[in-house]
Amino acid sequence: MTQTAETTRSSAPPSVASTDCISLESVSKIYGRFAALRNITTSFCTGSCTMILGENGAGKSTLLRMIAGLITPTRGRVTVFSEAPHQQRRRVAYMSHSPMLYDELTAMENLNYFSSLHRDGGCACVGNPEMALRAVGLDPKLDRPVGQFSQGMRQRTSLARVLQTDPEVLLLDEPFSNLDAASARHMVELLADFRTWPVAPVNGVMGARTIILTTHQFALAEPLATRTLTMRNGEILDSGTEAHG
Amino acid sequence: MKYLRHVWDHLRKDLRLEWRSRDSINGMLFFALLVVVVFGLAFDPTSYPTMTRQISGGILWVALLFASITALNQSWAREQRNNVLEAQRMAPSPASALFLGKALANMLFVLVVEAVLAPIFIVFFNLHALGNVWLLALILPLGTWALVVNGTFFAALGLRARNRELLLPLLLLPISLPALLAMVQATTGVLTADLDPIQISTWIKQLLGYDIIFTTVCILLFETVLNAE
Repeated sequence: MTQTAETTRSSAPPSVASTDCISLESVSKIYGRFAALRNITTSFCTGSCTMILGENGAGKSTLLRMIAGLITPTRGRVTVFSEAPHQQRRRVAYMSHSPMLYDELTAMENLNYFSSLHRDGGCACVGNPEMALRAVGLDPKLDRPVGQFSQGMRQRTSLARVLQTDPEVLLLDEPFSNLDAASARHMVELLADFRTWPVAPVNGVMGARTIILTTHQFALAEPLATRTLTMRNGEILDSGTEAHG
Repeated sequence: MKYLRHVWDHLRKDLRLEWRSRDSINGMLFFALLVVVVFGLAFDPTSYPTMTRQISGGILWVALLFASITALNQSWAREQRNNVLEAQRMAPSPASALFLGKALANMLFVLVVEAVLAPIFIVFFNLHALGNVWLLALILPLGTWALVVNGTFFAALGLRARNRELLLPLLLLPISLPALLAMVQATTGVLTADLDPIQISTWIKQLLGYDIIFTTVCILLFETVLNAE
């Protein structure tokens, strides 16, 4: 299937608020002489699922890391829920293509540890790593350290790590890259289900789950996406249009 | 209370990782033993008992300093594997809790090495303390904390550097000089009884002051270091 910037919508939508939860204004990121992002202006609606496509080096991961607050823009401004990204860490979760897990610990130990770091976050799901592991199809009683897991199992454990923090914004960097076809489909179903999870109201306003993911597997993520954004050489070629359910 | 629970979570995780891998303690123990054995062979303790007693405080701390550097370099390397450090940065728990948890874990590792090293050190250098031995129970933890708190901080500072193994001793050794001076003087004072208790307590107070100042500075600056690009 060709990678187009057409807008699709087929998964069951949650009740979507029409406000933007993430906004980028004239954002650039320059490393030495290399511009990873060039003057990007875009926004992401609350409750949307945006799929970012592009070749290697297009700037997809840089964009996600910037929204996560892991890197700061050289120029421009990024806001998440109207604040700087690092001030919204309780509401945002990021999964990179590295598993972000300790090899020496078991999946359950890893999840318990990261759950403890979010302990005072007030999240309903926090403290339930067992449920998160079951959701991604792993046995919580598995007594092997993560270092002995296959790439796919590590990827699923990593997804459980972010899901257990009950995030409102989920940033996924190539989540299907190490998965077989069945596991990848399972992950897509899980993400579609995740979007329907209720969100506790903030300041009296009902929220919704937002997903931004980068992938090379367009066909796989297509049913999930409400918007497709295409990048090349640090620029957005086509930002698509948002389809509200 | 929540803050202390976060510190405990980080500490428990580091202890568990070390229990599984034993990367730090094995390396430190081997290095420290090697230094003690080499110095034990270089200075014949039976021929020059007075001189050996006078230099043994310095040898002990040099062995612990270099041994702890090997462990401190390792401690952050674990966080870099699989990009775990980014997950730490994304977590809402305070960055300083991560630092304190790791510094405490490193402190425990070095104390374990000291516990193993002490009897071997006494045998090799034919030592018996002439001063108040109980003062060593103050000097050793205070001195170890001085090395570990700065070492953990500077190891984090050098995380993104290409030559981080080289950078740590380059930063740590000069900044530890006042603490090293205090711990060596106090330890030698206890072993030789050359210093009176008031002089020894002055060195201990200086060490305590150093620990308080540098622990505070490291805690305050750690978040900036962690999030530096």
